[in-house]
Amino acid sequence: MKKNILSILALLAFSITTLSAQNAAAIAPKIDAGDTAWMIVATAFVLLMSIPGLALFYGGLVRRKNVLNVFMQVFILVAVISVEWVVVGYSTSFGSNSIEFLKPFIGGFHWAFLNNIGINDLSPYFISHSQLAADGSTVGTIPHIIFIMFQCMFAVITPALIIGAFAERINFKGFLIFSVLWSLFIYNPVAHWVWAADGWLFKLGALDFAGGTVVHVNAGVAAIVTAIMLGRRRDYKGHAIPAHNITYVVIGAGLLWVGWFGFNAGSGLAADGLAANALMVTHIAAAAAALTWALLDWILDKRPTVVGISTGAVGGLVAITPAAGFVGVPGALIIGVLVSLVCFCMVAYVKPKLGYDDSLDAFGVHGIGGILGALLTGVLATPLVQSAYSGAAYGNFHQLWIQFLAVGVTIIFSAVGTIILFKIVDKLVGLRVSDKHEAIGLDETQHGETAYTNFD
Amino acid sequence: MKKIEAIIRKSKFEDVKQALSDAGIEWFSYWDITGLGKSTEEQVVRGQVFQSSYIHRRMLSIVVRDVNLEKTVNAVLDSAWTGETGDGKLFIYDIEETYRIRNRESGSDALFNKE
Repeated sequence: MKKNILSILALLAFSITTLSAQNAAAIAPKIDAGDTAWMIVATAFVLLMSIPGLALFYGGLVRRKNVLNVFMQVFILVAVISVEWVVVGYSTSFGSNSIEFLKPFIGGFHWAFLNNIGINDLSPYFISHSQLAADGSTVGTIPHIIFIMFQCMFAVITPALIIGAFAERINFKGFLIFSVLWSLFIYNPVAHWVWAADGWLFKLGALDFAGGTVVHVNAGVAAIVTAIMLGRRRDYKGHAIPAHNITYVVIGAGLLWVGWFGFNAGSGLAADGLAANALMVTHIAAAAAALTWALLDWILDKRPTVVGISTGAVGGLVAITPAAGFVGVPGALIIGVLVSLVCFCMVAYVKPKLGYDDSLDAFGVHGIGGILGALLTGVLATPLVQSAYSGAAYGNFHQLWIQFLAVGVTIIFSAVGTIILFKIVDKLVGLRVSDKHEAIGLDETQHGETAYTNFD
Repeated sequence: MKKIEAIIRKSKFEDVKQALSDAGIEWFSYWDITGLGKSTEEQVVRGQVFQSSYIHRRMLSIVVRDVNLEKTVNAVLDSAWTGETGDGKLFIYDIEETYRIRNRESGSDALFNKE
């Protein structure tokens, strides 16, 4: 986010205008209809990624006895994290803190219950479109509340991504408590560091356009930690358990792809060229990654698989996320091809060697793809997209170092925090279902429902 | 009257169907089954190649008059054969009675159309 530079520019422009046209009435800041319309649509798109996108993608990959449990996990997170978001989540993520030394690390409670926010207030957060407010501060062109809702969808999908790691063996009550605590104590602080105006990684200049670090690295690391701590599924024999409904996987991956246009092209918070570029590179990276995975399948394992191409597309979308506002088409192609190569090796060769059971490769795709994308952003960011930002490929090696730092700190924080929360919740209510319940399936034992019946 | 129950490879279904039709068998039922056995099937999930012990096969249920038994069994045995482990099994049962629901015709007359 280029808020700092823009504020200075805007301030300069403001002083020039005031000098040249003294006492001219200041133009009241206005909500831009085009930007706002796009952000409302983009917000809906990001919701679509969770339900039904991610629910179908993950639900199709598990066995038929656990599909409803996965749907339910995603669905209840949409509900509970949205409530958490308006209660304290938004305030602690994007608000400022009255305690000085906490400012860079976590927001305060000024905006708890969205207090002090009016429906016509303009968003204090902006990327490329901004204007001067009456009090001399710079604001965006969309209502504050649509920014809050857009970010709400990010807060929702992040813990939902972790589901892929512990699917098919977690106690529903434990899962719910763990996810809420994880959002409160891991997601909200990291979002604050990277995106809030006084966040320390933001001030350091870490580039994360749409959430590569905050969303994907964060969730991916929590994924591998929970997968290891929860232990393998009873039926895990060192290889993936085949998907029960690959048509769901395809529909889910397709909806994720569509929704990702909102996720990435909405992250510019305006309907402009930057948003169009984000949409284009998102699409190109996903396409390149899908194609690469299909070719790897074809060459190495004789046939291109549908689960493979869907996974590749999602990997590409993950990796382009932090880069979407900083790279052009060449960058997108490189990121797309590389992410499939790396993630393919990870899930096909490294995971079986290490022996942990990341049920649906939440770490292998989101964690690894997120880390790769965040680092490649530091390499491939081009001044052609946003003139203020460039990566190592354009001579700015310092950016790569900052990306390393942001990713490293997120990995450590997420891993340590997840271990602590996992231990606490496991002590309180238990996180693993009994062996018998795992064998019967979580649909029946956790919800008393079954997805498919043989009869009416 | 006999019932022939055959477990065959899905890949041989079209051949078996044709062979039964050539042998004059006018109707039979079939469904997909999953089972465990000696043979395994190679599966690929996200680049991981492994041997799956869950075997997918098709089961056929064919009820015939005694006079047609031998040619029906031979039709299945010949057409479902590949020579590899996992070609399947064939079981023969006695049928006590048959009724045609439309006109309450019974016995082996109910098994075929005289036309």
